[in-house]
Amino acid sequence: MELNLDNDFFENPKMGSLRDGFGKALLDLAREYQDIVAVCADLAESTRMHWFKEEFEDRFFEVGITEQHMAAFASGLASMGKRPFISSYAMFSPGRNWEQIRTTICYNNQPVVIVGSHAGVSVGKDGGTHQALEDIAITRVIPNLAVFAPADENEAYLATKEAYKMNKPVYIRLAREKTELISTQESNLSIFDAQILFEAENPKLTIFATGTSVPQALRASFLLEQKGLPVRMLKVSSIKPLDEETILNSVLDTRLALSVENHQASAGFGSRLAELFSENYPIKMKIMGVKDSFGQSGDPDELLEFYKLDAASIADEAEKIIKQNSI
Amino acid sequence: MYNDSKKREFIKLAPEIRVLTLKSLLHANSGHTAGSLGLVDIFTYLFFYALKIDPKKPNRQDRDRFILSNGHVAPALYATMAKRGFFPEEELKTLRKFGSRLQGHPHREFLPGLDTSSGPLGEGLSQALGMALADRLDNGYKSQRYFYCVMGDGELNEGQVWEAALHAGKEKPHNLIAIVDRNDIQIDGYTHDVMPLEPLEDKWKAFGWHTQVINGHDFDEIHSAIEEAKVVNNKPSCIIALTVAGKGYPEFERDPFWHGRPPSKEQVEKAIKYIEKHAYA
Repeated sequence: MELNLDNDFFENPKMGSLRDGFGKALLDLAREYQDIVAVCADLAESTRMHWFKEEFEDRFFEVGITEQHMAAFASGLASMGKRPFISSYAMFSPGRNWEQIRTTICYNNQPVVIVGSHAGVSVGKDGGTHQALEDIAITRVIPNLAVFAPADENEAYLATKEAYKMNKPVYIRLAREKTELISTQESNLSIFDAQILFEAENPKLTIFATGTSVPQALRASFLLEQKGLPVRMLKVSSIKPLDEETILNSVLDTRLALSVENHQASAGFGSRLAELFSENYPIKMKIMGVKDSFGQSGDPDELLEFYKLDAASIADEAEKIIKQNSI
Repeated sequence: MYNDSKKREFIKLAPEIRVLTLKSLLHANSGHTAGSLGLVDIFTYLFFYALKIDPKKPNRQDRDRFILSNGHVAPALYATMAKRGFFPEEELKTLRKFGSRLQGHPHREFLPGLDTSSGPLGEGLSQALGMALADRLDNGYKSQRYFYCVMGDGELNEGQVWEAALHAGKEKPHNLIAIVDRNDIQIDGYTHDVMPLEPLEDKWKAFGWHTQVINGHDFDEIHSAIEEAKVVNNKPSCIIALTVAGKGYPEFERDPFWHGRPPSKEQVEKAIKYIEKHAYA
């Protein structure tokens, strides 16, 4: 199926907010399904639950700044047949309340959707305390829990709806800053399928990106094409479950992979791919992410450049490894 | 109807449940003796009187809910459930063994009749509040369904308990009843040494709860406290039940040593003899 991505992306990209995508989807879902309830830890507007709160006051629970309580409270709601969405900054949920998520939601197998906004260094000015760089690592290892990192606002909308349909514990990773839209509302996005967003003829390298690194990696693919370096680029929005077949097939010819994530380079998305490749089809791979350091204050763009997670840095790294590995 | 004959029934049942608890701990050769024995009377009252439950239909939707927050007292919970008919008493021998439905700490997906999985401390009250507020959405402020949460006193060291207590004080669910097993022991020693909790009743009061302090081994007191908690309609209720850890056999009583240890075969034999002898005393 044609993906129908946004044609304006390269020349004149529109901006969108993952948080808005989540907030709109939650509202639309709530209008359709009576069992949806929302739980918020003093960040209603920041996580875009305020639209739900305005329309469905009865089904909105403000628990104050109690992330640990919030997770277990939601488990209780779910055990009585409700379908809770809980939201906070990713640093605090699933950061602070990891064990409550593990025990009361996942071990208990209750269908709670955990929405963590403010992931990645691109949170910006708030600095390192508020930039979640470990959330994929700590969620992907919990049984029963699905992990989604949507690529733009339209995908955040879709991810929210898919999370409801799954009827099981799900973590959705969101970002604070507005990001470039790769898609329109008419695009054929999939959360579960790894989707090829860019394919040059006779590619030498397969680039994988997740979350807000997707627009950066897609732009990098265009830059590489202009330089005459052909690559294939895939978006992986569900880190768990993982579309193993498509991902493995996409490296059979290139035998060379580069992954990009706005997260620690260790134990996250790239590491998950490395596990897959080493077990099935060992190839050379480079993982781009934050290298064992915390974030810091700054504008999102300058932070992405500093931590080498912007399109230009991705293109440079891709060029380097293509040249290193060409025979 | 609670009356003298009901009370006599409980006084007969509780020692039998204590014996089953000790036997299962012996089979497991692992588990928490003191807290389990101390809660038997409260469990007996809840499972044989207060809780609207049906062992034949453990998942029926309109049942009351029972949240055991201090999951390590599972041996007493399992013994009580077996006695109540949720599963054969014979199965108690499988406690903590591979393939058993009786996991070391309760797992609701293993054993029908459990309303949650628990063990890590401090998490039950939050879940019970979530259940009560979900019920309020469906059945309103006059719902006749009750949500019971049993917690240990050592467990009250956990900050999350007080997050939940604050939130319950805000929401005021009339049908949430917390029972604190005030046995004054935890793993490292006496609760009053490890992390003093007093004035405990004042703390709950300050968080907006209706409070009562009772003898957790006296069925009349347990009954009247639960009845009072049920009619308080503008607050959640906390019953601080003063209990004796290891209740039923003097060697196990009031000693932190028995918090996390199972008894030996000889000790169990002696304890069973003692309990049977003193059952109707």
